Amino acid sequence: MYSPLITMKFRGMDLVSIRDLTVPQMNRIMDVAEGMVPIAKGEKVSKLLDGKILATLFYEPSTRTKLSFESAMMRLGGRVIGFSDPKSSSVAKGETLADTIRMADAYSDLIVLRYRNEGAARLAADFSEVPVINAGDGAGQHPTQTLLDLFTIREEMGEINGKNIALLGDLKYGRTVHSLSEALAMFGAKLSFVSPRGLEMPAETVENVEKIGTKPLITNCLDDVIADADILYVTRIQKERFADLAEYKKVAGSFQVNTELLEKAKKSMRVMHPLPRVTEIDPEVDSTPHALYFRQAFNGVPVRMALMALIMGATE
Amino acid sequence: MKELKVSPIKHGTVIDHIECGMALKVLKILGLTEEPPEDTTSVIIHVPGSKGCKDIVKLENKELKKKEVNQIALISPDATINIIRDSEVVKKYRVELPDTVIGIVKCGNPNCITNFHEPVEPKFIVESRSPVVLRCAYCNRKLEDVTANLL
Ligand SMILES: Nc1ncnc2c1ncn2[C@@H]1O[C@H](COP(=O)(O)OP(=O)(O)OP(=O)(O)O)[C@@H](O)[C@H]1O
Ligand SMILES: [Mg+2]
Ligand SMILES: [Zn+2]
Repeated sequence: MYSPLITMKFRGMDLVSIRDLTVPQMNRIMDVAEGMVPIAKGEKVSKLLDGKILATLFYEPSTRTKLSFESAMMRLGGRVIGFSDPKSSSVAKGETLADTIRMADAYSDLIVLRYRNEGAARLAADFSEVPVINAGDGAGQHPTQTLLDLFTIREEMGEINGKNIALLGDLKYGRTVHSLSEALAMFGAKLSFVSPRGLEMPAETVENVEKIGTKPLITNCLDDVIADADILYVTRIQKERFADLAEYKKVAGSFQVNTELLEKAKKSMRVMHPLPRVTEIDPEVDSTPHALYFRQAFNGVPVRMALMALIMGATE
Repeated sequence: MKELKVSPIKHGTVIDHIECGMALKVLKILGLTEEPPEDTTSVIIHVPGSKGCKDIVKLENKELKKKEVNQIALISPDATINIIRDSEVVKKYRVELPDTVIGIVKCGNPNCITNFHEPVEPKFIVESRSPVVLRCAYCNRKLEDVTANLL
């Protein structure tokens, strides 16, 4: 039996890695996020975080993540300070991250950080009294992306447990797919990992997923999974990973999601993508009922609202 | 009759069975590089023994606590700590790798925040003792090669 007092403690917590959260906590965030949707759309007005200040420190470019955090804070009546161009801040003068965090800690109630180095958010949490949310640390963690992905699947499918979820693309370097796989396994999803040769899911992630209790199907061929998939989670395949352009084009072609491919899929199958996409999803898919990626991007707002409200102690 | 390479000490600590060539690293980890001048520290490097070569450190008038010395387990898992009183060994214990290792090795991930000019010491969680598996408390990567990353 779990004690709600222990597992449901949010107030003041840092969120550096998705592993900082228990399954009941993730469920709680999703429940609260559901209630936030009308506020996120602007249909309802909220003053839940009235008087609170969020500092968004983005040392690396990001459109979606930064804007959705800021929108989320403002929709809840709070305010935002921060930067998205470190050249315009004292960072350019060689200030350490630790010192910038000490300053942001003094000026705000909550810090959201994106930084180029792995481990940056953990370091920030060490130096900050106010809570820190990791919005991406190099090739490391991006836990709010995982939360919004889980929320999107749950919202669309009713539940995650038992669903066939195929992760597609560069599974080796793709930052989001590692923690997403582990989280999906914790929710009882059935997983398939589909990647070009050489860009397979790292052994450590496969091992972790198996330890949690699900044996993933691992393949280089999209045709192996397309008919059974409930969710096709597509990620980018970067040109730089290939020795020559011809090879890249061949691989990218065989992994492209287009209407021809979707004919082999279930009617209810949905396509997700953390965005931005390049060529991996044909724009003709956008207007089909399969496209879930724009909804997914929108969901970043209610999920981040829920998370911030819980961490600020404005919601139980 | 004991065979002693240096003159016997009356009171103090002998760190025996240190990995060959690691004695100076041990002193550094223990912060014993600036002991008061009246207390001699002897460092014996490359002592031939039954199991090959070892190093020995002898500290006069200082009794090391178990907790203080455990950090050296990473570089000398077989080291023993001998407490000497009135020229006799009165206590002997082996070092044990603690749950966290701080400031002894750096992270092998060149992009880890601890490898940049930030005011933190590299910190590792000991995931397993044999074989030794260390995971960076910051970037979460496994440290592949301990010796190559000694500070
Ligand atoms: N009074 C002393 N002064 C300096 N060194 C000492 C003194 N007494 C013992 N030692 C050293 O301390 C270490 C441990 O002494 P001990 O008599 O327990 O040897 P041992 O039986 O060989 O132990 P081990 O099995 O741990 O090798 C040895 O290296 C010994 O030379
Ligand atoms: Mg001996
Ligand atoms: Zn590290």
